[in-house]
Amino acid sequence: MWAYTGKRLLQGVLTVWFIATATFIAMHNVPGDPLMNDKAVSTAIRANLEAKYGLDRAVFPDQYLIYLGNMVRGDFGISFTQQNRLVNDIIREHFPVSATLGILAVLFAALGGILWGALTALYRNRLPDIVIMFLVILGISVPSFVFAALGQLGLVQLNGLFGRQVLPVAGWGSVGHMLVPSLVLGLSTMAFLTRLMRSSMLEIVNADFIRTANAKGLPPTRIFLKHQLRNAILPVITVLGPAIAAITTGGFVVELVFAIPGLGRYFVEAVQQLDYTVIMGTTVFYGAFLVLMVIVVDLIYGFIDPRVRLE
Amino acid sequence: MAESTIATGSVKASDFAPLAAGRSAETISRPSLSYWQDAWRRLKDNRRALISLYIVVGLLLLTLVGPFIWTMDPALQDLDQVSQPPFADRSATIAAPYSSWDTSDVAPSADGLAVIEPPTSQSVRLSWESIPGSSGGYRIYRNIFPIGPERALGLPLGDVFGGAPRFFEDRLDLEPRTYYYSVVALDENQRETTAFLQRTIDVRRVITAKEAIDKGLAEDTLPVGAELRLTAHPLGTDYLGRDLLARLMHGARTSLFIGIFAPILYVLIGISVGSIAGFAGGRLDQLLMRFADFVVALPFLLFMIVFKIAFGIGPGESGIFPMLIAMVILLWPATARLVRGQILSIKNQGYVEASKLLGASSGYLIGRHMIPNTLGVILVTLTFAVPSAIFTEAFLSFIGMGVAPPTPSWGSMCNEGLKTMLTTPHELIFPALFISITVLAFNLLGDGLRDALDARMRSRE
Amino acid sequence: MAENSAASLNRAALLQLGLLIAASVAALFLLMVLLNWAASATGSDASAAKAVDLEARSISVIVQNEPPQLNSMKATDTDSGQVLGHIMEGLLRYDINNQLAPGVAERWDIRENGATFWLREDAKWSDGEPVTAHDFVFAWRTALDPATASIYAFILYPVKNGEAINRGEAAPETLGVRAASDRRLEIEFEQPVAYFDKLVAFNVYYPVREDFYRSTNGRYGADADEMLYNGAFVLSEWVHNASMRFEKNPHYWDRDSIYLNSIHVPFITNSKHTAVNLFKDGRVAMAELDAETLPDALQQQWHIKRFVDGSVFYLEFNHRPGRVSTNLNFRRAIEMALDPKELVFRVIKVPGYLPGETLFPIWLMGEKTLFRQEYPPAQRIYNPERAREHLEQARVELGLNAWPPLVLLSGDTPISVKQSEHIQAKLRENLGLDMRLDRQIFKQRLEKMKNGEFDIVMAGWGPDFDDPMTFGDLFASWNLQNRGRYNNPKLDAQVRIAQASLEPAVRMRAFGEIQRILKEDAVILPDYERGKVFVQDPRMIDMARRAVGPDPDYSRVRLVDAN
Repeated sequence: MWAYTGKRLLQGVLTVWFIATATFIAMHNVPGDPLMNDKAVSTAIRANLEAKYGLDRAVFPDQYLIYLGNMVRGDFGISFTQQNRLVNDIIREHFPVSATLGILAVLFAALGGILWGALTALYRNRLPDIVIMFLVILGISVPSFVFAALGQLGLVQLNGLFGRQVLPVAGWGSVGHMLVPSLVLGLSTMAFLTRLMRSSMLEIVNADFIRTANAKGLPPTRIFLKHQLRNAILPVITVLGPAIAAITTGGFVVELVFAIPGLGRYFVEAVQQLDYTVIMGTTVFYGAFLVLMVIVVDLIYGFIDPRVRLE
Repeated sequence: MAESTIATGSVKASDFAPLAAGRSAETISRPSLSYWQDAWRRLKDNRRALISLYIVVGLLLLTLVGPFIWTMDPALQDLDQVSQPPFADRSATIAAPYSSWDTSDVAPSADGLAVIEPPTSQSVRLSWESIPGSSGGYRIYRNIFPIGPERALGLPLGDVFGGAPRFFEDRLDLEPRTYYYSVVALDENQRETTAFLQRTIDVRRVITAKEAIDKGLAEDTLPVGAELRLTAHPLGTDYLGRDLLARLMHGARTSLFIGIFAPILYVLIGISVGSIAGFAGGRLDQLLMRFADFVVALPFLLFMIVFKIAFGIGPGESGIFPMLIAMVILLWPATARLVRGQILSIKNQGYVEASKLLGASSGYLIGRHMIPNTLGVILVTLTFAVPSAIFTEAFLSFIGMGVAPPTPSWGSMCNEGLKTMLTTPHELIFPALFISITVLAFNLLGDGLRDALDARMRSRE
Repeated sequence: MAENSAASLNRAALLQLGLLIAASVAALFLLMVLLNWAASATGSDASAAKAVDLEARSISVIVQNEPPQLNSMKATDTDSGQVLGHIMEGLLRYDINNQLAPGVAERWDIRENGATFWLREDAKWSDGEPVTAHDFVFAWRTALDPATASIYAFILYPVKNGEAINRGEAAPETLGVRAASDRRLEIEFEQPVAYFDKLVAFNVYYPVREDFYRSTNGRYGADADEMLYNGAFVLSEWVHNASMRFEKNPHYWDRDSIYLNSIHVPFITNSKHTAVNLFKDGRVAMAELDAETLPDALQQQWHIKRFVDGSVFYLEFNHRPGRVSTNLNFRRAIEMALDPKELVFRVIKVPGYLPGETLFPIWLMGEKTLFRQEYPPAQRIYNPERAREHLEQARVELGLNAWPPLVLLSGDTPISVKQSEHIQAKLRENLGLDMRLDRQIFKQRLEKMKNGEFDIVMAGWGPDFDDPMTFGDLFASWNLQNRGRYNNPKLDAQVRIAQASLEPAVRMRAFGEIQRILKEDAVILPDYERGKVFVQDPRMIDMARRAVGPDPDYSRVRLVDAN
């Protein structure tokens, strides 16, 4: 177990190195000049700025090695647009926002997916099944930005209906701000998990061990909880890793529409401004975060499902 | 059951005579079904999958054949019909070409707010009586609603400063409808006073005789005042008056091109890498799979954006190819892993062992056993990959990192439509509907294919 | 499986599910309480935002983009400029009628070779210390020091030795500014400047106190507590990219005319949609509109206002040798094939926009009245037939068989996208030209402009100070902003006249000449003057919107009970 974890972590470090290198190569092939501004500057100022960001050195190996060295020390440099803010500070301030939104969205998606999935399986081909599966189809086939815009519109209508603020329309700062955005963010994953849960439940209803349990005369509650639900959830957990990835990096749209100060929105703005250090820092940080998430989910899976041996 | 058969049948001696030796004894009375025939049969039984298949074929026809039937140029801007919903009124009247208004010999109105010339979609020419206390001039407003107690006057069109003649010409986005104009007096600090005049004006849509000929609405010069109907747009027009149907069909080219070709390309690369790794094994396998692990770990959307700015889009380019390449670079490993896994499991199957013992070459093994047996899984992966590729394109277009205009794509059309969701919903509904239908069709088709192709993977629905 | 056992299993399962749902809702609720606590640490409590709070004398508004930094010596963008305008004050400032008014300086004297400013005694920093002439000397020297790398340092070039210091050719101490006493600031000019009073209202000219600046270790202006304020408000809270809060500055000399106790910025967003939704919801006191949100605003029966924001947008030709755009007939053909009125009235469709007529926008003052009235620009003619004749002439002159595809470089804002698509369609329709759109993000577009990788570029210019010169020298051959590399000694000569003279009549005549040359030579094709349309809470009055200076300015806002 420990050896396995160690090995996975080592692989993770290598993967992060690869992500960092790929980001570095991609960013240094970006046409355009991050120091460009709408006011032309004198050569002396330009030289100073280049020295500040180390752009006066050779790209390889100097800049690459400095970049890697700084990264090992956990230092992503200074932002190009906000010239006295560290990328680390930016990540520290904005990532918790995205993470909070993401956690809530994953929770909504997972809980919703499991519950709706189980419900549809139990009511197979009856009205609840049909209604829920229709909603699932909507959730899968409508782009998220449409949901985001509709969600905000819905909030405005809701507040208008009650004549006072039931839930805030945009912004950040309380749990009321999170509800609708995280729901929108988790929607497509929820739909996907519902489908998965449904088919996995249906598969298990006919499995031998359920039959055996029934024949043994186990009480139905126990069968459902201990055998059916628990086993049906397993495949859902395997896809949670990628789902977390999709949700945390897919938060841009929701953050843009609901004016949420998350890292995703910051990234999109940094791209528009060609803010090299912020783009590289954010990409590598997200990459590392996802690698870690996948490892954690794998370990949890091994913990829950004794059939999987971690080696 | 068994007993009754014996009871009803009458046994004859000839029944016990041996059959003549021949090949016919080996014949199976039911026709033998190949893997694909069987799959096709099962797919045909699945109504949802079959409908989806028809939809997919329909979409492809729309993309490939549609533009030959509905030949409207998707880039043609019909500024007389901007953001028109389907079945909007298309009538127009011929008018003289616009010429700028010379007010030098026109007497300003002495009685309320007056229209100097017949109001048309070219221009509305106003004049008004002098309002007491208007030392700073006048501000002209236009509303699409009658002015109620809120005194919301609508769009502030412009100011006429104190001392200037009391004329105003409105040319801003005039549509054939009723407008409520008002003129407010300004005090010496240019602040609005409470005094104002108002008037309801019905605007008629006009075009010039020359425009009518240019647009192919008339053969030769029509007289002023003649009635005609403007170009028909079955699904309405967008914010630049471009035909939505034509744009949807051309947008389908972009969206489906990315949606179908990107998956095909990366699945092909995935198959090659996966089969090499699976078949070769050992060091090469390790190396390739490690690399695949690395690539899988790259945060997908972030890298799509980074690649997009790294590749850049040159002048006149649509940016479809950079997007395609970025997708291929980032998405091949999933298929590679899948194919490798399949090949590894097939490699140990009895029939492959047997084949090997009988002296089959590697080429034969791959061609006869490996590929056909993995093809089903690959086809299913491919079908499911299409919707996610379409979504990716739409998503990138939404944050402005997608296909460059004027190339239409469903995603960018949605993005445009979203902004005017409340006033002209058709600009959002149609492209969103196309995305949804396509995604849904491919998803259901994928389900059907999975059920039909692989008994082991059958979902129990 | 027998029917009844399946049914009992189902019943049991539903019960279980119900319990599970209850449990997870409870768990979610707990989590939310936790998250609520966590979120209040990462953002301000925006749910408490009220557009206008009459009792607390506070308003809530939107800032469109996070200010990259609030170091007045280095800030370059309009958002930083807007925020700085509320919390800092220069020697002079703009009042609510957009006229220059005394700021830190109570009186001043501008001469041919220099200027003197007398600082008011009660001008104080937010820590109670007086604002002295030394603070200006320090700020100006630091801004020009190449080590500071201030992109806007050029605006200090009229001060003697400014340019040499900025190039690294002279020491910052040699700058022609001197604190004759704590209260008197003496300035020497490099050459006469007719508009120095307007320059000192700009943020690079704001004071910075040396001891505080040094104590921040290069983080000056990065956070609310890394700044010292001398304006009407202090920035009491700044959660990056999320929210800001301004409190009335108790040490501000003119505190008696400041009505508001606080200004909240609970939202930083440039989405007009979100802004309108927030306005509708009563969360913010002002929202800007665009073509897409206007119909909604009409429907809501809001009082819509507009103003010209000062910027001019135009098509700039590439005048580098070898380009077809060096041919006058070609430029003339494009000019006659495009109609700015059609662009503004039927494509952009926002009432505040004005069809472009000239480089010099409508609000610029001339000698006595508006410059536009004193020197009316020649009318632009839209005539596709004559455009085709010019194009044919150009083709013959250039010795071309057919027109190659041409590159139209544009930005990626919604309006630029619309406009570029319109221009492309129009030139194809009227001239049969094949324009290739090159849509780039801001910095990549600038890079391409600098390198001359375009035939026509959609460009724009916003004013830095309230004098025609902020536009007038744009196409001088030495100006680095002249991205098309237009080079005309006659125009250069007029720019020099306008720069060297203090005589308004002479200067305006020179600007009139510049305007004539630009039109005659079709150097640029003005498209539009940008306008803004907005709605504001009727209880909020005296908000200033202006072309030059901090905009929008809430510092002198008063609140009235609308009922």
